[in-house]
Amino acid sequence: MTPLIVSILGSIASFALVLVVLELIRSRRLRERYALLWLATGLVLTALSAWRGGLNTIAGWVGVRSYPPAVLFAVGVFFILAVLLHYSTVISRLSDQNVLLAQRLALLEEELRDGVEG
Amino acid sequence: MAPRPAAHRLAALRGVAVVPAYNEEASIAGVIRELRAAELDLDVIVVDDGSTDRTADVARAHGARVLRLPFNLGIGGAVQTGFRFAFEQGYDVAVRVDGDGQHDPAQLRAVLEPVLRDEADVAIGSRFAPRQGDPDGYRSSRSRRIGIRILAAVVSRLVGQRLTDTTSGFQALNRRGIALFARDYPHDYPEVEATVMAFRSRLRLVEVPVSMRERGGGRSSITALRSIYYMVKVLLALFVGLFRRTVLPEEEPR
Repeated sequence: MTPLIVSILGSIASFALVLVVLELIRSRRLRERYALLWLATGLVLTALSAWRGGLNTIAGWVGVRSYPPAVLFAVGVFFILAVLLHYSTVISRLSDQNVLLAQRLALLEEELRDGVEG
Repeated sequence: MAPRPAAHRLAALRGVAVVPAYNEEASIAGVIRELRAAELDLDVIVVDDGSTDRTADVARAHGARVLRLPFNLGIGGAVQTGFRFAFEQGYDVAVRVDGDGQHDPAQLRAVLEPVLRDEADVAIGSRFAPRQGDPDGYRSSRSRRIGIRILAAVVSRLVGQRLTDTTSGFQALNRRGIALFARDYPHDYPEVEATVMAFRSRLRLVEVPVSMRERGGGRSSITALRSIYYMVKVLLALFVGLFRRTVLPEEEPR
């Protein structure tokens, strides 16, 4: 069985994550689109931390007998990987768009200069 | 002054039709032609949202001004580009008419009316608003219709006013509305949030019954899986928005 203190600290930490994400959205430092995965992370981890019986059952399914909180780590790592992968795609798209913007700017600048000198 | 058709007042005002278009080369010419035919004396500004087809060329060939975005921003970013243009160019009135042809410019006069009469800052063309002797003519998938109804119920509660079609992009705005949306407009799926934003900025909203057409070309950008993301994202945004302090749009010096 999961030690009680692990459940309590896990619940508090995960729920704090949810609150921080919500506050970041509210203050417009995080867009909803990029917050959804974080919110899912926080909510799932909160649920698994607080629902001790459920964590035990799930640990049993995946063959973790000695220390159920290991499942918390596994789930946490899974979500972090998902977020990172998602951000990698976002960064790739942003850098493509950045190239395009720089190119458009260079073309526009040349056009403007042409207009002034010609 | 004797009441007269409000459309005449448009003559004294500068109006612009913002037409967001993403790969709409098949329908954009028709939309521009119909906007002209509506005789509302609106300048037509097409916002080409990074199309990979000839949307911009076709629009220019039909006499519209075109703002070409270097890549696809999505409908929110595209529409806001048009509102920014309208704001900076000093337009008094703006309407949004989508480039896919689902909004019928012939019904624009009705949507504009409350704004021109200064009874509303934002007028929204609604497919579901009650009107006499005309059954609901809008066809849509059942799940989408349910989604639209749920959002309408949530938004109606939030704004304390019965709204029936919060996902409609067929809108008319006055200068206050333009100022608000030029500065702040939601991304992704903007209409629902924009409605609540307008209300919280103390703008007057009104719905006008309209019918919409089947899309001219292309498909709706909202598919089954996306509609789940749509609902979650919009509900989250509405919820968080409640805890945001709103800033009233300032009367800008003219």
